[in-house]
Amino acid sequence: MSATATTRTAAVGKGAFSSLRYRKNRDRVIELILLAAALVAVFTTLAIVFILVYESSAFFEHVSIKDFLTDTQWTPLFDDAHYGIMPLVSGTLTVTFVALLVAIPLGTIIAIYLSEFATHRLRETVKPILELLGAVPTVVYGYFALLIVTPFLQRLIPGLPGFNMLSAGLVIGLMIVPYVASVSEDAMRAVPRYMREGSYAMGATKLQTALRVVVPGALSGIAAAYILGISRAIGETMVVAIAAGMQPTLTFNPTEPAATITAYIVQVSLGDLPHDSIGYQSIFAAGLVLMIMTLVFNLIGFFLTRRFREAY
Amino acid sequence: MAAVMTIEELRRGLSWRKNLDKLFVIVGLLILMSCLGLLALLFLDLVRDGASRFGWDFLTQFPSRKAERAGILSAFVGTWMIMLVTAVVSLPVGVAAGIYLEEYAPKNWFTGLIEINVTNLAGVPSIVYGLLALGLFVYQFGFGQSVLSAGLTLALLILPIIIVGTRESLRAVPKAIREAAYGLGATRWEVTKDHVLPYSTGGILTGLILGLSRAIGETAPIITIGALSFIAFLPGSPITGEFPFLNWDWLWSEFTAMPIQIFNWVSRPDQAFQQNAAAAAAILLGMTLAMNAIAIYIRYRFRKKINW
Amino acid sequence: MNTTLAEKAATPTFSIAMAERKVANASSAKAVAEKLDFWYGTNQALKNINLSIAENHVTALIGPSGCGKSTFLRCFNRMHDLQADTKYSGSIMLHPENINLVGKEVDPIEVRMRIGMVFQKPNPFPKTVFENVAYGLRLRGFNSRTELAERVEKALRAAAIWDEVKDRLTDSALALSGGQMQRLCIARALATEPEILLFDEPTSALDPIATAKIEELITELRQRVTILIVTHNMQQAARVSDFTAFMYLGELVEVDATSKIFTNPSRKATEDYITGRYG
Repeated sequence: MSATATTRTAAVGKGAFSSLRYRKNRDRVIELILLAAALVAVFTTLAIVFILVYESSAFFEHVSIKDFLTDTQWTPLFDDAHYGIMPLVSGTLTVTFVALLVAIPLGTIIAIYLSEFATHRLRETVKPILELLGAVPTVVYGYFALLIVTPFLQRLIPGLPGFNMLSAGLVIGLMIVPYVASVSEDAMRAVPRYMREGSYAMGATKLQTALRVVVPGALSGIAAAYILGISRAIGETMVVAIAAGMQPTLTFNPTEPAATITAYIVQVSLGDLPHDSIGYQSIFAAGLVLMIMTLVFNLIGFFLTRRFREAY
Repeated sequence: MAAVMTIEELRRGLSWRKNLDKLFVIVGLLILMSCLGLLALLFLDLVRDGASRFGWDFLTQFPSRKAERAGILSAFVGTWMIMLVTAVVSLPVGVAAGIYLEEYAPKNWFTGLIEINVTNLAGVPSIVYGLLALGLFVYQFGFGQSVLSAGLTLALLILPIIIVGTRESLRAVPKAIREAAYGLGATRWEVTKDHVLPYSTGGILTGLILGLSRAIGETAPIITIGALSFIAFLPGSPITGEFPFLNWDWLWSEFTAMPIQIFNWVSRPDQAFQQNAAAAAAILLGMTLAMNAIAIYIRYRFRKKINW
Repeated sequence: MNTTLAEKAATPTFSIAMAERKVANASSAKAVAEKLDFWYGTNQALKNINLSIAENHVTALIGPSGCGKSTFLRCFNRMHDLQADTKYSGSIMLHPENINLVGKEVDPIEVRMRIGMVFQKPNPFPKTVFENVAYGLRLRGFNSRTELAERVEKALRAAAIWDEVKDRLTDSALALSGGQMQRLCIARALATEPEILLFDEPTSALDPIATAKIEELITELRQRVTILIVTHNMQQAARVSDFTAFMYLGELVEVDATSKIFTNPSRKATEDYITGRYG
């Protein structure tokens, strides 16, 4: 074939280049649709904030913030109404504390064991089981707390009331053990092998390496696991609604019944409150407090997670 | 040069440390097994408590004031109707959002904002979603205490799960395939549609089923929007015998769901109702575990099909 | 192949034939890069490249790792546009349409529809052999089964792989050997009749036999399409190309007829590289 320049242009089938404009316009429309879908996440957050603030603002027209934060009784539905949030907060914090007493030690030990000691096969068998445990509906855990754990505890602690924060806290702790263990274990596995090898090469045992090299190396990830565990315990609803009782009481004694913020919201929702009553608005005020608490912990956990991911 | 320790001291210290190691292994294994064992025990207790109630009657009867005659029919149907709405809403939105974030979004602060929102939403307590739905769907939009409201609420709840699952499966497609397609002059959507999505469907489906298995057990949000537990009727059937064969009434109907029914029965002091609760809980648990198992299976099968 | 290409290149008659060919065709340039700069963010990867790519000839780009040869190659089909924060300045004019391939006003997708690329690691789609080759055609609006079948066969023949796959058109492309996959990728690129075909180290992931087949293919293909090939293997450049350009640290050091570059380069830097003083 002659090598002199011939005007050769690329294959054009049925106006390939004019249809290029159509293809590009179609692309642009699709991109906008996809962006709109992604923005749903942002709108959901905005909607949550808006609804909570909007309904709470109606609440705070009747109740001063000072009363809200300092009154020691929460009885919005009584004739002699009190609107102190502290009883609900104390309930939430007590239950969370009990849960963490269980979840943090057990979760961490399991994580260290799985990450540093267990055989590959054991780890691969256990991890999916842990994942499954995290998928069990919380209402089932609520059943356990009320009808199995409480009777058992009543034999150990005579005089323990049928509704108490101890059962609920213990069960919630057990519930979040898989979560804490899983996230901690991921963080520990991310510690590079050469760090461990440096320790072994000096004659350290596995336990020493785990405690002195791996755990410190994975610290931000482990802390993230704890923080996110706290957030989940705070937001837990059904176990406390079923087993801890619905009486808002300002107490930090786990052997007493009490209501958490979440249980209160459930209690009101089960009833029939008119849309504009202060009782209705009070659940949004309570929800706002809950949202702020979990948001703070989630943000801390998020930044910690990012730090441990970036480190390696 | 003198050694830092004598041989005897070294050996003594070493055996002490090695014993600690062995102790830890025992403790760790013990704790692991007891946690798992405890949970297994609880589940078995559940099944045993409810065993007397298992049977066709239980599934086909409505709740009743008499424990022996109460069944989960309305709750069971209600759950699945809600799941239908949840799936239909969350799947397109979640997959589209996942595609945008993974294939289209430029790396700037705006994208970061969206991503932070998705992560944050995953950590919001489910009851807050209930409050959102109550204020927004039930009252502002006027959807009322209906199957539609419940389905929309749960769809928002599991949206982050779908988005993350979609992104992970899109990410698994190797960059070289995209490069080859771009090299031939394909547009971004053509690359996504023809080469990335077809090989991500397994992962996306897994994400959807895992999301639904989470949604099926969620109680708090739907209590908040006002699911009742004494529903002795079924929402109208979506399929009717006459034109146009599709009936939307069921979307607006009041409803109940399995977790609600369980919650209601557990709260009754009567032991007979507690047995009902156990049976229903066992069924709900079975459904959840089955869905998880299906999801894991799909993920496994799909991974085997494509070897890059 | 009775005589290997290496033996061929070593014979005097071959070199003379190549030089003659160069003289005869020096005037027909398919693409001309002029004052081309390229930045990844703040890092300038290409500096003032001026190079003319001869039509229906093979031009090779050689140079040590990091010299910018792949970067320069990917300017031709705007692959850099898939990453953020990249900037071009200067031009690569495509003839005879007189389009500036790196111009802001020119759509990268349109560029990629005119320019084809074969990548370093063979990357066929996980589809059938037929669908791999047909994909580019479908994008361009070819839909009829008969027309597709015709063009696919033509492309597979041009890539010297037709006989090996004609009975396996509906099998998965991933079942082919590495060398076959690469020839399939060549067929895929040829099917759309590109004006320039870019090769980015096409044989570095292949065994010697597959490599030889592809080198032979490239020398044949020059009759159909202008070829620009990046290779880190100097002997390959000597075997396969008509013109060779030597790049170093983002700059074009020297470009000339291949025979001249490898026997009597004008710049010392070129000579040092060719003789292996540095790699």
